[in-house]
Amino acid sequence: MDTAALAERFQARIDADERIEPKDWMPDAYRRTLIRQMSQHAHSEIVGMLPEGNWITRAPTLKRKAILMAKVQDEGGHGAYLYGATETLGVTRDALIEELLAGAARYSSIFNYPTPTWADIGAIGWLVDGAAIMNQIPLCRCSYGPYARAMVRICKEESFHQRQGYDIMLALARGTDAQRRMAQEALDRWWWPALMMFGPPDADSKHSAQSMRWRIKRFSNDELRRRFIEFTVPQAEYLGLAVPQGEIDWSEFEQVLAGHGPCNRERIAARRRAHESGRWVREAALAWADKQRSKRREAV
Amino acid sequence: MTSSNDWPLYEVFIRARGGLDHKHVGSIHATDERMALEHARDVYTRRQEGVSIWVVRSSAIVASDPSDAEAFFEPARDKVYRHPTFYDIPDEVKTL
Repeated sequence: MDTAALAERFQARIDADERIEPKDWMPDAYRRTLIRQMSQHAHSEIVGMLPEGNWITRAPTLKRKAILMAKVQDEGGHGAYLYGATETLGVTRDALIEELLAGAARYSSIFNYPTPTWADIGAIGWLVDGAAIMNQIPLCRCSYGPYARAMVRICKEESFHQRQGYDIMLALARGTDAQRRMAQEALDRWWWPALMMFGPPDADSKHSAQSMRWRIKRFSNDELRRRFIEFTVPQAEYLGLAVPQGEIDWSEFEQVLAGHGPCNRERIAARRRAHESGRWVREAALAWADKQRSKRREAV
Repeated sequence: MTSSNDWPLYEVFIRARGGLDHKHVGSIHATDERMALEHARDVYTRRQEGVSIWVVRSSAIVASDPSDAEAFFEPARDKVYRHPTFYDIPDEVKTL
């Protein structure tokens, strides 16, 4: 069958809401789009461990510390699911990680913002994980089977992340004046970056139309953003916090994407350091396993 | 890092509860079988999702080819008499 006929059959399967599996024929552009989106998603989970990891040793109680460790561990797990799902498209995890460390791959711009206070951990869980859930629930029905299945597992776990964040905000909102102020300042810091997580306005989103046609994406950026605001504003009111008024500053989004956010360099430097200091462990584990295998062979 | 340093890939199967089949849940990198089991436990059963785990080297799995699916599964298509609904049983006959 020639490529045009294969492409036509592929689109017909998508239109019939069938799922595409790793060994099925797919257009190169579909494969490339998925590799880009899924690896960016995996990188975001891994880099996303950093702003919160910053507070593990300084969490206000043992309970909060145990919760935060469980959450950060989940993010690592989500990264592992997503790298695994991306590998089904014929790339290796090592190659993807090399791209991230070389600064050649993107991850969600939200993780280039700092977490100066404990309230930022609450705001991240509530707003950042809340926005992530809004983006991710439609991905559970995306046309690529391994991605959709990974997202089902991730979405089940994200709900805990959002609720523990709101629980932190509730405790602060019911606290002293200083604690309420801290909560308000964290909301002020994270509100706009959280809204930017849905991507540029529909009119400027260059990949959207094709991704919708391939059913990788099911709702537009602006539609999801609007829904997030609808859900979140009453939650802020319940906390007695004021949602910032105004317009999204898209030039800030461009700046952060271009590598000029408050923490871009720090994040990549931290990942590089972790990768380099873990190198001997990875190599030793591999050498040990090889040695055990050859010992077993000799014993036979 | 060269690809020769990649840790091998294992496919992970989990039995959620006694009485159920093991079901494929994803994959994991590990240097050997034991590490694959431990990593699979850490990554896929953080919330008591399983009571038993199988891991198998991804390279050891033999799979049918989707482009041959039509011919491969063809022999079953015209054997409708394998289904109970193929047989017309009079209404008067009960519990059959």
